[in-house]
Amino acid sequence: MEKQNNIPRPVLEVRNISKDFSGVYALQNVDLEIFPGEVTAIIGENGAGKSTLMKIISGVYPEYEGDVLLNSEKVAFNNPKEAGEQGVVIIHQELNLVPHLSITENLFLGIEKTNRLGLLDYAAMNKQAKALLSRLHLDISPSTPVNQLRVGQQQLVEIAKALLLDSKVLIMDEPTSAISDQEVELLFKIIRELRSKGVAIVYISHKLNELFEIADRYSVLRDGRSMGSGQMKGVTHDQLIQLMVGRDLTNSFQKANTMSTTEVLRVENLTVQNPQNKNDLLVDDVSFTLHEGEILGICGLMGAGRTEVLEAIFGLYPKHVSGKISIGGKELKIRRVNDAIAAGIALVPEDRKLQGLVLNMSVAKNTSMASLEQISSFSFIRKKKEEELSELFIKKLSTKVASSNQTVGKLSGGNQQKVVIAKWLATNPRILLLDEPTRGIDVGAKSEIYRLINELAAQGMGIIMVSSELPEILALSDNILVLSESRLAATLSRTEATEEIIMKAALKEKE
Amino acid sequence: MNTVTLKQNLIKFQSIIALAAMCIALSLLSDRFLTPENTWNVMRQISVNVIISVGMTLVILTGGIDLSVGSILALAGAVTAGMLKFGAEFTDANLYIGFTLLGALIGGTLTGTLLGWFNGFTITRFKVPPFVATLAMLTIARGLTMLWTGGFPITGLGDNMAFIGTGWLLGIPMPVWISAIIVLAAVVLTNQTMLGRHIYAIGGNETAARLSGLKIKRIKTIVYSIAGALAGIGGIIVTSRLDSAQPNAGFGFELDSIAAVVIGGTSLSGGKGTIMGTVQGALIIGILNNGLVLLNVSPFWQQVIKGFVILLAVVIEKFNSKEE
Repeated sequence: MEKQNNIPRPVLEVRNISKDFSGVYALQNVDLEIFPGEVTAIIGENGAGKSTLMKIISGVYPEYEGDVLLNSEKVAFNNPKEAGEQGVVIIHQELNLVPHLSITENLFLGIEKTNRLGLLDYAAMNKQAKALLSRLHLDISPSTPVNQLRVGQQQLVEIAKALLLDSKVLIMDEPTSAISDQEVELLFKIIRELRSKGVAIVYISHKLNELFEIADRYSVLRDGRSMGSGQMKGVTHDQLIQLMVGRDLTNSFQKANTMSTTEVLRVENLTVQNPQNKNDLLVDDVSFTLHEGEILGICGLMGAGRTEVLEAIFGLYPKHVSGKISIGGKELKIRRVNDAIAAGIALVPEDRKLQGLVLNMSVAKNTSMASLEQISSFSFIRKKKEEELSELFIKKLSTKVASSNQTVGKLSGGNQQKVVIAKWLATNPRILLLDEPTRGIDVGAKSEIYRLINELAAQGMGIIMVSSELPEILALSDNILVLSESRLAATLSRTEATEEIIMKAALKEKE
Repeated sequence: MNTVTLKQNLIKFQSIIALAAMCIALSLLSDRFLTPENTWNVMRQISVNVIISVGMTLVILTGGIDLSVGSILALAGAVTAGMLKFGAEFTDANLYIGFTLLGALIGGTLTGTLLGWFNGFTITRFKVPPFVATLAMLTIARGLTMLWTGGFPITGLGDNMAFIGTGWLLGIPMPVWISAIIVLAAVVLTNQTMLGRHIYAIGGNETAARLSGLKIKRIKTIVYSIAGALAGIGGIIVTSRLDSAQPNAGFGFELDSIAAVVIGGTSLSGGKGTIMGTVQGALIIGILNNGLVLLNVSPFWQQVIKGFVILLAVVIEKFNSKEE
């Protein structure tokens, strides 16, 4: 029946899927077809919607518009377990193993085998686990606790888990982000074996070179929309990059030229060690300068060290930083956040809910948090001054709130972000560090924040902005740093930078 | 719109409503409940719990817990009694130092403060989870009390000392005065001062607080020191009331204190709660204890009932925070 003609039928189809998070669309009318016995690469920039799409397919997000079809039948998975039972299995970027349990125990978690007495049948499970591991060329005892395995081996255990479920569609989210080259080779060998057995594989990766090696088909997402798909054969590196980034600038922001020649911040040979592993450098020998009125954009892929550059300047890695930081021409040792604040540095962090706000506190209390001393006398808070401070910034940033006493957790993302920015502007900074300032906020609030950043630069503030959105970087920045694998891959002025050049630099791999 | 505000008010005043309901029920069930003697009796009985619970509230607001307050109370009481009665004798140096009542009181309070500071030190410096650090202190302080007293009560402390726990001033029992002053100070601290704001911020989101430049370690250490100091003051009152420092004083007080905080609506995960809520929680427990005694309920049943009241309070709290 199925092979009536030679046109292969997709095992999984996604039709016209849209998904919004409180009004912001993460996916819009996305289509995707996955074929058995093929590796399909999903390509896109950070935030293009790849992970959201995969989470919909694998039942993590049960609510969405549009249809998912498995073997031409409509399915609606309520959770990953239901998806797994139908053969759709996802291996997440963050591993989902229980560290202290053995390989066998992890493999059979939730589907344990029992003997007649209802007790765990370790013999049977170990035997099956051993067979699986040898199929994956993994020569380890199945009773080894998984926290004794290397990350790459843990990744293989995750794959073994997927094999145990007899999966028809196997989704791998950035499987090579943390493993060595040898392990990548092994992984590819296994992927090819699975492919030859008719498993449909969805492969998500930033590393284009890898995709040319392993993938049969590609599908590009950009800003939550399908941008095109086809056979990997016949497509070039540059064409894919073009599809990933080649959008027209919808917002017509152009930064006024407010950059002065007065240097406000100089960073020389900044290096940050991973506090957990001294040999792993989060930032490797990065140098740059920032002038008054300048907006310096930092881009790069996730994990390239962008956030860590800001955090190091802000004093969050006191024991793991080397290099020289000078402010206004004077070298400064920044050992803690207070040193940074005293030096006139402010950081609007990446995750406003986890790092920026105390969600159950009011707008006024969040606004004053980093500048309480200003509105207190003898350590008693002047409530009236606090309210005035908050009202001032509500007006200045046109934050939409019922009153300054409103709980900040109930505001929209854009207004929450404005409260975080207000908190830092209240400290009168000379240097403003912005980490993904417009992530997850709607278009209207975005352009308001762009205008604000522009105004602040015009007032002479030095601004460093990390962003995954290239149009935003291109529209606002005077100069652009591109990081790749913890190193500075390119320093570009606004006149020479294009999305293609930035993307190429960001994708540059260590020689 | 109106119904919403009514509902919110019901939620806001739920402990007061519960208190009022209990008082009305008990005054209908027992002649002896609504008398001046009994009222002052209840107030005096809960005052020590109120004092300890103020410190516990601050600790829990930061997202921590303090299991050592009962033992610290015992040690501080014993130190006060010992200093007052025996002074300090150094036979080698042929030196004897006697202490005035004030000296002994300061000594007891400082003992509590020091042990509380040590809690804060291990928690912030070595990142010991508060549950474990204060559990260890629970044992350490109890052991020190035994060492100090040799396992025997220290009795006969004089009238001046007894006044603190049993005396009256302007028609109000001394312990009630002391607890009221402490409550007042804590209300000001939590609502009006930078330290108070910092406590809420740390409990609400420690990462955001740290990134805002708050001195997390210092603030936590201060909070545990305050909790220790208040346990010390509680120890002085208990010792004074009994005219004796008992080596096993304060046994299980940490649980009553946590119960008062939780019933008062403070979230164990930190960042949310008030001192006045805790006072109401302590009142509910105190009146419940008193009422059950007046109604001749067996002490065994009293414990069962108290446990269910704690559960009920937390369930209602969870339900309410979902409503919001």
